[in-house]
Amino acid sequence: MPSSVMHTPRCGGPQPPVAVSTVGLRKSYGDKTVLDGIDLRIPAGSVFALLGPNGAGKTTVVKILSTLITADGGQARVAGHDIATSPAAVRAAIGVTGQFSAVDGLITGEENMLLMADLHHLSRREGRRVAAELLERFDLTDVAKKPAQSYSGGMKRRLDIAMTLVGDPRIIFLDEPTTGLDPRSRHNMWQIVRELVSGGVTVFLTTQYLEEADELADRIAVLNGGRIAAEGTAEELKRIVPGGHIRLRFTDPAAYRSAALALREASGDDEALSLQIPSDGSQRELRSILDWLDSVGVEADELTVHTPDLDDVFFALTGSDRPNRPNQPKEAVR
Amino acid sequence: MSAPLAPARPSRISSAVRDSSTMLRRNLLHARRYPSMTLNLLLTPVMMLLLFVYVFGDVMSSGMGGGHADRSEYIAYVVPGILLMTIGGTLVGTAVSVANDMNEGITARFRTMAIHRGSVLFGHVVGSVLQAIISVVLVGAVAVAIGFRSDAGVLEWIAAFGLLALVALAFTWIAVGMGMSSPNAEAASNNAMPLILLPLISSAFVPVDAMPGWFQPIAEYQPFTPAIETLRGLLLGTEIGDNWWITVVWCLGLAALGYRWSKTRFDRDPK
Repeated sequence: MPSSVMHTPRCGGPQPPVAVSTVGLRKSYGDKTVLDGIDLRIPAGSVFALLGPNGAGKTTVVKILSTLITADGGQARVAGHDIATSPAAVRAAIGVTGQFSAVDGLITGEENMLLMADLHHLSRREGRRVAAELLERFDLTDVAKKPAQSYSGGMKRRLDIAMTLVGDPRIIFLDEPTTGLDPRSRHNMWQIVRELVSGGVTVFLTTQYLEEADELADRIAVLNGGRIAAEGTAEELKRIVPGGHIRLRFTDPAAYRSAALALREASGDDEALSLQIPSDGSQRELRSILDWLDSVGVEADELTVHTPDLDDVFFALTGSDRPNRPNQPKEAVR
Repeated sequence: MSAPLAPARPSRISSAVRDSSTMLRRNLLHARRYPSMTLNLLLTPVMMLLLFVYVFGDVMSSGMGGGHADRSEYIAYVVPGILLMTIGGTLVGTAVSVANDMNEGITARFRTMAIHRGSVLFGHVVGSVLQAIISVVLVGAVAVAIGFRSDAGVLEWIAAFGLLALVALAFTWIAVGMGMSSPNAEAASNNAMPLILLPLISSAFVPVDAMPGWFQPIAEYQPFTPAIETLRGLLLGTEIGDNWWITVVWCLGLAALGYRWSKTRFDRDPK
């Protein structure tokens, strides 16, 4: 069971307080089981990424932990409060930015912000100050007086997060915060998450982008089919899949065939005319492989060194092959 | 010491009031920003009023009043019914805006915030009742402009106003329940249609006695007929009889039912 292997208890030092913990969280819709026993433990002040393909149940986890829906079984504590018995206390500690924009499109960006300030019972002056400050921080001052439904996707998402921050939540749930954003907006969003964490906030984010999890998260859990397939730091997860490889690509089928004959330990892809030789990517090993290729007279048109990344982990754990590498060694799937 | 528990109750009530008024401001802002829906719903009762007074007025009054045609007499008869129809019209708007709102991400956000749970609904209800009252006043002004006159005193006017507000409150809760149980705006609009049709088959346009025998119970035992008869009594001095308390019982029952329905729907997990 990979998930138990990946739990590395910290040795020495006091344990940080736990922001979110769940035990055996379950949820099904009709006879379709969406979550089949989720155990999580997220230290306060860290970024936790829940990674998984579409339909894995990521949004369901966020909806349950943010008290939007109730779980069918298991327990969860958020900010020290049980989500089932004291949802109001949980709500007071969290901020949620869901997958679908949670702004009121009929009123302006500024009015949306003031609405949040009113609901957090800020005084009129304080509300105006906080609203103006956040609109400025999220680069929305110019459009503050326009109805939110006229905003672009990126602007709506920024307004959404700005609204979430009004009450200074200690724990923030971001459900696929960068889905549908252009690369620039995505990098801005990453910057926002980093700023939040440096302020001591705990961020629970879901994403389909491995790069995003790698970039932001202290710990990552891979959710697949309603279960946590693996959990750990990005480095720990990368260790799950076997080492990297060197990929040789040929344009001439004859050269490919003779190379495949010469390099018996390489796995080949007859259609792409490429060979993969297992390698850890070190300089020493690379040199010896190059020497060996010279000695057997193989000359590839293209040579790439591939070190394992989260994509490998993801595809290995979620049981699907990388689309561009159909000959991925089978043992990686286990 | 039970310090953390002691202030919980008053603060819960004050936060309920505060959050509900925030939600009310939001709903009124919507109505002010996008008045076309409200105006559309106002158009129906005004058209009905003009249609029945000017097109059917003579025929109706000669049928009802024992042979002689008197349009101004029919204005007096039809206006109370039209005023209650006006409320019926605003209810469709309520159901549609509630259904729309429930599908918006903003409502999901409200559910995850530490606000008074009922405030989202209270905001809708109070906002809709206010809109209904404003609509009634506007339609009433049109009625006066085309010749409606009342001999009611101050007390009767206050009672009439209270009656209209009570009917609006009761049916608004039902409309909120309809909006909450509708998957989208179109369905909400369809579900709320009976609230517009009900006044049409009441004593709004012709007395119940003038209807076919099998139909009379339908017209008689529904909330709009006693409400219209009570309003008629207050504004025109006709016999009220038992109608006033029947109306009050209907309204309290419908309000309680609509509240329970809406609350249950709101507390249920959203899809």
